[in-house]
Amino acid sequence: MKFPLLDDWAWKMAWRESRATGKRLFLFVSSITLGVAALVAIGSFGQNLERAVQEQAKSLLGADLVITNRQLFSEETEALFRSWGGEQSREARLASMVYFPESDGSRLVEIRALEGDFPYYGELVTLPAEAAQRFREGPYALVDERMMLQFEVEVGDPVKIGVFQFTVAGKLQRIPGETMTETLVAPRVYIPLSYLSRTDLVQFGSRVSYRNAFRFGPMTEVEQLLEEAEPHMETQRLRSVTVEDRQRRLGRSMENLYRFLSLVGFIALVLGGIGVASAIHIHIKQKLNTVAILRCLGASAGQASTIYLIQAALMSLAGAAVGVLLGIGLQALMPPVLSNFLPVVISFEVSWGAVGQGLAMGLGIGLLFAVLPLLTVRRISPLLALRFSYEQEDSLPREPLRWLVYGLIVAAICLFAVSRTQSWTQGLAFAGGTLAVFLLLVAVASLITVLVKRYFPDSWSYVWRQGLANLYRPNNQTIVVMLALGLGTFLITTLFLIQSTLLNAVSLAGSGDRPDMVLFDIQSDQREEILQIVRSLDLPTQQDVPIVTMRLASVNGRTVQEISEEPERGRRDWALFREYRSTYRESLIDSEELLAGEWYGRVGSPSDKIRISLEQGIARDLGVSPGDQLVFDVQGRPVETEVGSIRKVDWERMQTNFFVVFPVGVLEDAPQFHVLMTQVRSAETSAQLQRTVVQQFPNVSTIDMALVLETVDAVLDNITFVIRTMALFSIITGLVVLVGAVISSRYQRIRESVLLRTLGASRIQIRKIMAIEYLFLGFFAAVTGLFLAILSSWALSYFFFETEFIMELQPVVIVLCVVVGLTMLIGAVSSRGLTNRPPLESLRAEV
Amino acid sequence: MSGLRHFASVKVPIRAQHEDGILLMEKPVLEVKELTRTYRSGERTLTVLDSVSLTLNPGSSCAVVGPSGSGKTTLLGLCAGLDRPTSGSVLLDGVLLDPLDEDQLAAVRSESVGFVFQTFQLIPTLTALENVVVPIELRAETRVRSRARELLDQVGLGDRLNHYPSQLSGGEQQRVSLARAFINQPKILFADEPTGNLDAETSERVTELLFELNAAAATTLVLVTHDLELAQRTQRIVELKKGTIHSDQDLLLKSKDLAL
Repeated sequence: MKFPLLDDWAWKMAWRESRATGKRLFLFVSSITLGVAALVAIGSFGQNLERAVQEQAKSLLGADLVITNRQLFSEETEALFRSWGGEQSREARLASMVYFPESDGSRLVEIRALEGDFPYYGELVTLPAEAAQRFREGPYALVDERMMLQFEVEVGDPVKIGVFQFTVAGKLQRIPGETMTETLVAPRVYIPLSYLSRTDLVQFGSRVSYRNAFRFGPMTEVEQLLEEAEPHMETQRLRSVTVEDRQRRLGRSMENLYRFLSLVGFIALVLGGIGVASAIHIHIKQKLNTVAILRCLGASAGQASTIYLIQAALMSLAGAAVGVLLGIGLQALMPPVLSNFLPVVISFEVSWGAVGQGLAMGLGIGLLFAVLPLLTVRRISPLLALRFSYEQEDSLPREPLRWLVYGLIVAAICLFAVSRTQSWTQGLAFAGGTLAVFLLLVAVASLITVLVKRYFPDSWSYVWRQGLANLYRPNNQTIVVMLALGLGTFLITTLFLIQSTLLNAVSLAGSGDRPDMVLFDIQSDQREEILQIVRSLDLPTQQDVPIVTMRLASVNGRTVQEISEEPERGRRDWALFREYRSTYRESLIDSEELLAGEWYGRVGSPSDKIRISLEQGIARDLGVSPGDQLVFDVQGRPVETEVGSIRKVDWERMQTNFFVVFPVGVLEDAPQFHVLMTQVRSAETSAQLQRTVVQQFPNVSTIDMALVLETVDAVLDNITFVIRTMALFSIITGLVVLVGAVISSRYQRIRESVLLRTLGASRIQIRKIMAIEYLFLGFFAAVTGLFLAILSSWALSYFFFETEFIMELQPVVIVLCVVVGLTMLIGAVSSRGLTNRPPLESLRAEV
Repeated sequence: MSGLRHFASVKVPIRAQHEDGILLMEKPVLEVKELTRTYRSGERTLTVLDSVSLTLNPGSSCAVVGPSGSGKTTLLGLCAGLDRPTSGSVLLDGVLLDPLDEDQLAAVRSESVGFVFQTFQLIPTLTALENVVVPIELRAETRVRSRARELLDQVGLGDRLNHYPSQLSGGEQQRVSLARAFINQPKILFADEPTGNLDAETSERVTELLFELNAAAATTLVLVTHDLELAQRTQRIVELKKGTIHSDQDLLLKSKDLAL
């Protein structure tokens, strides 16, 4: 027995058959082009990215090794560093306000006080270029370019940091190993380390981290150095970052980005696959008679199916090839789109692996989806050639094998998702989600057709009725078009809604009588004066919180070192070794809720037990519950406590929240600093308060809600821009499928419209009927997509982001109008010419 | 060479029977026994063909006539293995059709059957020449084109080889279809109202060609028609009414009688 694909006759017939319909068929199959293009672009880009990370590994860190510490390096550590040798750079990082006298503006930034020649690999990109060196030599600062733009600051302008005024030496454009998105949150400002003390910023409670960067000679084994120094590093709580660490971490996050993008691209491909299925379905319906004749003449069912399988395969391959070319072109566009997320410079290179993968995926998806309608070919009876009455256009025989094909398609989607996410749960969740959306769209679409049929508005005028009826008449494309358009609508709208929900959640946190400005790092002796400033502006003091830093010394009599050396029991080391910033107060605040134990607000006498309250997460990570004994090291003094209660904390509120809350009467005399919260309401008052505070107390930092909102907005904008770009592939694919669907029904339409015109319909009427049909199609598709988008946004808000879902009407209405408009436009353009020809010409015209 | 056809010929040794010698000539090319076909239409069962039996010898010709709905086309479809009877059996060119599957039936058609349809049924995307060669190309035979050209020449279309069906008139299309019917040198030719869609003059030409080619190839001809004049040109007229054989006239015998 011969395999039908090896049958020359089938190939010959496939070729002859495609001469007449090839162009049309190609249009169908081009619906997979964009999906392939997306995958090739992303795949190729991903490989370039990987290569760039490899090649630029050292510049990601800027050094061979970086050691970081939360406080000044001890004498022993300095000695260790000296023994290591090599070139060394020192950097201190802290959050602080900067003030631009020229424009009278201030903002919270990350100050980086640098000494030495860091970065050793890669470079600080500045404008002018020499500023990257020059600022190290005097009272100069490098300032984040975007922030300079925002505050209208020029090179040469003064900038006040703490109590010292620097001169802006240059615009900071790029820091090796850091992405734009990272700097959005806290713009970077570089100053020379020797001038840090003049700013007076480093005071008690200031969160300064110190970094020592090394460049070693080629013979130095970094790993070995670290291994030898490990005991010292541990007791000093030093952390090390090597090039490999950085590369690994970055590689992972880049891979996540790349995987995510390829999944979005894959949605476009699957959508294209559905376009292929619908195209082949129509194609086969038009070939029923040909198949029947061939069967009469003695062709086997296998031979007949093979003809169309070959056509589908060749067309898919062609569609995929076009997609590959397009993808290579698109790849050039990827770096600009993603530049805000990339810490490396990407060069353009075609990845043949990605090209091959794209071709294979295009062919595979094209074939899988083509096989579905092709199965019916095997069941076309030769009797069809003998008598028309036997034709059962609407009820092509159902093929039980189709379940197998459905299974294969689902398996292929799952396999792809799992291989991309490299995780069974994530992959299956993605595949499941995609399938669920597809199924829901199909379900809603079929429901609409059924409803339209059942509750058909008989009282409407003829033109409207005819247009509406086209949705459910034989050979309608309602489901396919609704799927294609609905999916695009769904993706875009979900993005919009989630973004606005998140933004609303942030802005809600500062609404009502909740505080919208935080002043922090207030020293004890500054507290009174700052309170006075606040009062003088008629602002309320909503919270005045003391903060005491401390570390955990022991849990139930065992030191944290001992515990960390025990085998893992679900506890996390970070909870053992972190610096706790704790407060004390008498009562719970409204963002807290008692879960277990009892709240103790005050310690009566020094002999009483100190019962503290822990946040539930940290209690879990420490593995403690009420009654357990904790000893804290508060600035060198051990304080014995007992866990009195466990709290749940709503971290989303804009206010100070704490892992550990002490009762009143214990920490009052410990060194501490303060956080003050107030409500400024207007941007003007906010600016006034910030100006006054930053000038009198430069070490005090302020964050107001507007800044947080601005930052969140900027970050979300960045993220959604990328996602939207990817979603665009799905949307354009949807439009291609729509064009295909319109054109495939065009031939049928010609006959209809000619018949109607012969019977006396005017061209205007015919055009109106078509416009109304696309109006309904677009409307129903948009409504379905919007409905699902609202549903999924709600679910995401509720379950994933755990925030209140905000339904914004404006984007919904805009999307609705755009989708309907686009559908009608494409409908009109694709069927143009239908009504221009005289009826007789069209009646004679052959397919 | 189609594998399925090969498969069929193993199960049912068609060739072997052909080579059986003189006895073969005596064997009927079509033997229909007690053929019944019913259709279910909702609750009702419709009997379109009711216990029809018929035997045709090699080289003979037979017209099946009768009013619309009498079961003519159904009988034709069953005889050619295009459909399956509800009961009864069909022996076509020595092959019992009942146990064969769809692909084996297709193989029998490819081997032994030719078709001419009322609506021509040319494949619109193929040229005249390509339409004609389909049946023999299906048998994976080579040098098929010269034979097809010859046949198209015989039907007077030697100069229209590369025209598409839409570029040909009805009569021309039917002539292409005649060429296609004879190209695989079938044992039996089924013609379903071959002139039903043609005007009188064109009909005449097509009919002439049909009988000419038939006589030349000594093919058994089964002709379904309304046209009694056309029916008269065959050797036998079977008249169907309401699914049963109403009359069965042997014209050859009659003409012999008359001659005597």
